[in-house]
Amino acid sequence: MSAILNTEALLKVSNIETFYGPIQAIRGVSLEVHPGQIVTVLGANGAGKTTILKTISGVMDPERGQVNFDGHDIQRMSPDKVMRRGICHSPEGREVFPFLSVHENLVMGAYSRHDRDEVAQDMEMCYGYFPRLKERQHQRAGQMSGGEQQMLAISRALMGRPKLLLLDEPSLGLSPILVTQIFDIVRRINRERGVAILLVEQNAHIALKTADYGYIIEVGRIVLEDTCARLMDKDDIKEFYLGQKDEGVRGRRRWKRKKLWR
Amino acid sequence: MQDAARILQLVINGSAAGCIYGLVALGFVLIYKATEMVNFAQGDIMMLGGFAAYTFIATLGMNYWLGALLAIGATALFGYLLDVLILRRVIGQPQFQVVMLTLGLGFIFRAAAGIGWGYDSIAFVTPFTNKVVRAGGLVLGQDNLSIIAGTLVLCGVLYVFFSRTRLGIAMQASSQNQLAAYYMGIPVRSVFSMIWAISAGVAAVAGILLSPVSMIDVNMGGIGIKAFAAAVLGGFGSIPGALVGGIIVGVVEQLSGYYLPPGTQDVTSNVVLLAVLVLRPQGLFGQTIRKRV
Repeated sequence: MSAILNTEALLKVSNIETFYGPIQAIRGVSLEVHPGQIVTVLGANGAGKTTILKTISGVMDPERGQVNFDGHDIQRMSPDKVMRRGICHSPEGREVFPFLSVHENLVMGAYSRHDRDEVAQDMEMCYGYFPRLKERQHQRAGQMSGGEQQMLAISRALMGRPKLLLLDEPSLGLSPILVTQIFDIVRRINRERGVAILLVEQNAHIALKTADYGYIIEVGRIVLEDTCARLMDKDDIKEFYLGQKDEGVRGRRRWKRKKLWR
Repeated sequence: MQDAARILQLVINGSAAGCIYGLVALGFVLIYKATEMVNFAQGDIMMLGGFAAYTFIATLGMNYWLGALLAIGATALFGYLLDVLILRRVIGQPQFQVVMLTLGLGFIFRAAAGIGWGYDSIAFVTPFTNKVVRAGGLVLGQDNLSIIAGTLVLCGVLYVFFSRTRLGIAMQASSQNQLAAYYMGIPVRSVFSMIWAISAGVAAVAGILLSPVSMIDVNMGGIGIKAFAAAVLGGFGSIPGALVGGIIVGVVEQLSGYYLPPGTQDVTSNVVLLAVLVLRPQGLFGQTIRKRV
């Protein structure tokens, strides 16, 4: 049934609820990613953004709800099988293999593939996006700077030829210039390769500029969703996520303003 | 001159013993790096490997090389199943549970070997038994030399496997970051089982190489304790460290057995271990890297 209704969405997450032991981290989240789209999930620390990605990629199992990818239910599948269906995950905090070289890290990204020639081509493509990695291809990943590791984490995920790329906080701990560079390349990857991207970010500014569609999540619930252009226009988003301070009617900032969605 | 030759001979014999410690230590390290479990049954798996070789070579009358190969394969399969059936379930449990479980498994293996093969020391004929090589003033047993040569060959094979093959690199990757390995589509659980198979196979090689020097018996796994000291000495978690640690323990034992009063031989390995841990707590080859944020 659901396959017929959702022919368009590449990824359809419906009403998932995920727990850490007795603590409920996600309280019924639904979202969709369509082919070729960049979708972002925004929210504060501990809102449950990373948990959503972990639930999609199979590291955590939802208690309830479905994750449908490319017409198949993938919830409670083990992460390596999910990856083989075409979802590659660039995790929060990079998680590169510290004692392997850059080259070997990329080889591992293509572990599930057996088309040697195309793997070599894709590796050149990654070096094209991030020339810094080519310079350091024989260096151990653990010895590189945070920005270089982030480039490696994204490239390593690309090496799996994903249909959907999950990016978890690519801006974490990077300088503003590097953040801009990395997001430029994320956009290029999306356009040139046609890869759909689900982007989780705390840096709402750059995420809204990069993505097509956005979800706002607070304490495990989605409270708002819209196209990024419209989200950027909303007063609540401006005030609470983009940090723009409007002068109130009475000439000073309202400190105890209630958000509209509460 | 006489003295120099004697010392050299002791060093070579000590290295041979040390290679055995090193191989068993290697088994500890491989499993620890991958799953953070310390397998105290490692020495007993070596014992089982020795008995398997005895069965193939002495009981079934196979050619030495074929029998040895089959014994290594059988022990590796045993290690694989051990992980699939039992140890996979305790990953992530507190270290103490794992220690108790593997110690208990060691007892079971010893008892099973005693029931199956008896409690007497046994031996099978190898191409190296009771042959010596004379070079200069040295008289070296071929059995000891075969241990050193076998260890070198095995290390070469393992080095090439871990650094050049896709599966080998995937094993390193799974050891370094299990979660990321899953994200790469590496089937981490079966990779870990294969690591158990390799370390059981390495233990079997140690048992087979050791058999012409000291006979096979149910309690030969006791050298697991010295091998454990060797692994810690090398910096638990380092593969070259395990081998170097093993050789240091072996050589120190031989030299102290000759030059120091009787009885000191058995404690010297632990004295060396304590000295190293005081001076260099991470061990000789301890790998540390800080995660960048």
